[in-house]
Amino acid sequence: MFRANLLAVSLLIVLFSVWEAACRVFEIPIFILPPPSIIASTAVLQAPLILPHALTTGLEIICGIGLALAVAVPLAIGMFAWPWLEKALSPFLVASQAIPVFALAPLLVVWLGYGIAGKIFMAALIIFFPIVVSLLEGFKGCDREFRVLFRLMGAGFWQTMRLLYWPWALPHFFAGLRVGVTVATIGAVIGEWVGAQRGLGFLMIQANARLKVDLVFAVILWLSLMGLLLWYGVGWLEKKSIHWKNNRNYSITQ
Amino acid sequence: MMFSVSGLSKEFDQQSIFSELNLTVARNRFAVLIGPSGCGKSTLFDVLTGVTSADTGQIRWQDTDVAHLGDLAAYMHQKDLLLPWFSLLDNSLLPAKTGGEDMEKAKPRAIELFSRLGLAGYEQHLPHQVSGGMRQRCALVRTLMFNRELVLLDEPLSALDAITRKSLQSLLLLLQSEFDRTLLMITHDVDEALLLADDLYLLSAKPMRVVEKIELHGEKPRRFDSPELLAIKAMIMQKLEGDIEHVPC
Repeated sequence: MFRANLLAVSLLIVLFSVWEAACRVFEIPIFILPPPSIIASTAVLQAPLILPHALTTGLEIICGIGLALAVAVPLAIGMFAWPWLEKALSPFLVASQAIPVFALAPLLVVWLGYGIAGKIFMAALIIFFPIVVSLLEGFKGCDREFRVLFRLMGAGFWQTMRLLYWPWALPHFFAGLRVGVTVATIGAVIGEWVGAQRGLGFLMIQANARLKVDLVFAVILWLSLMGLLLWYGVGWLEKKSIHWKNNRNYSITQ
Repeated sequence: MMFSVSGLSKEFDQQSIFSELNLTVARNRFAVLIGPSGCGKSTLFDVLTGVTSADTGQIRWQDTDVAHLGDLAAYMHQKDLLLPWFSLLDNSLLPAKTGGEDMEKAKPRAIELFSRLGLAGYEQHLPHQVSGGMRQRCALVRTLMFNRELVLLDEPLSALDAITRKSLQSLLLLLQSEFDRTLLMITHDVDEALLLADDLYLLSAKPMRVVEKIELHGEKPRRFDSPELLAIKAMIMQKLEGDIEHVPC
C-alpha cells in the first residue's frame, strides 16, 4: 500500500514538474497552456468568482440525481413487479439510450430556457438509465431459494420487496449510482455550454472566449474536485446503507 | 395422515413431467422422495409449494382439499438462507414478521429456541460473524418459528462438506424427534435417504411416478454396517440405474 501511494504521488509530482518546466523553458504563452502553479493559484484566488457558479452546477447535479431517482426507483420496482411492464418499456429505455443525450442540449434550451431546469433535466436523463438497469438487475439477481422461502413464509410482494429484494439490490444500485453521478456532471456542464446564465460550464465558455485559459483550467480543476466529492459522497452513503457490512445495530423488530 | 397427493399430473411443453402421482405422508414421519436427477422432483416441489399449479389431481391436507401446501409447510434448504442484513434473531423472527404475528410474543419464543439449540448469546450477531454450523442452527430456529407441522426440504445435502452435512442431518432428525415435525425431503442422494428416511418413495424417470415405497426401521442416524441396509441400497441403486438407461440425454 505504501509503495502504491509513493508511486502515485511521485508520478503526480513528475507530471506537474515536467509541465511546469516545459511552460517556463519554452516560454509558452499563458493563454495557450498555463503552468500548474498559475492554474492552482487562479483556482484559489478566483474562488470568490468560481464558487457561486460551482454552487449552481452542484445544485443542478444534485437535483438531476434526485429527479432521476424519483422516476427510476418506482419504475424499476414496477418493472420488476409486473414483467409485462418491463417487456413493454424496455425497448423505449434502450432507444432512449441510443439517442445521444448531449445532442438534445440545444433543444432543451429551446424548451426549458436558459435557467437551471434544462440542466437538471439533462443530468437526470443521463443518470436515469444506469439506475433503472442496475436496480432491476439487482432485484432479478435474488436467488430462487430466498424467493421460495419468502413465499412459504406468506410474505406479500411489498413485504418481500422491503425485507429481501431492496437490500439485496442495494449494492447494484450503488454501483449504478456511482457511474451515474460522474456522468451527470458532464451532462450539467454541457447543458451550461449550450446556453446558460450561471454555472461552471457557462464560466468556462466565457473564460475561453476571453483567452483566460488559466481560468478555464481552474474551472476544470474545480469540476474534477466536485466529481471526486460526489464519488466519495455516494461511497459514504453506500457504507451507511449497506450497514450489515460494518454495523450490527439494526433490527426488523423495532 | 398428514397430507396426501392423488392423481397429480403436470405437463410442460407437451412433455409429461409426472402423471397420476399418488403419495401419502403420515404424521411425524420422515418421508424421502428419491429419484434420478432431472426426473421432475423440482417440478413436484414447485407444485407442492404453489409456485406452479398441477394440471390435474388433488392435494389433501388432513381432511380438506387444498390448492398447495405453501401456507401449511415450513421450508429448509441445504443453504442456511439467512439474510446478511439481519441479525440471527431477526432472521429467525422473519416467519413471525411476515405471518403478522405479535412480535412481543414471538421474540421470547425465538430466544428460548436459541438457548435450546446452543445459540444463546449470539442473538444480535450477524450471519457472517458466526460459523456455518451456527447459521444452520439459526435456520432451524427459523423453520421452527414457522409454527408449521410439515417441513419441506427441496435440495439434497450432498453439496455440503462432510462435517456440515453430518451436523445438518442430525438437526433434521432433531426436528422430527424433539419438535414433532413431519418432514418431506426431495433428493437424489441414496445414502442420505437411507440414513434419514422412515418412508422412502422411489421415483422413476419422466414421466415420474412412485415405483416403490420402502419402510425403513432402526434407530437413527443409521449406520451403513447393517447388511439389511446395504441390501436395500443395492436394490435402490439397481432400480435407479435401470431407469437412467432409458433417459435420453
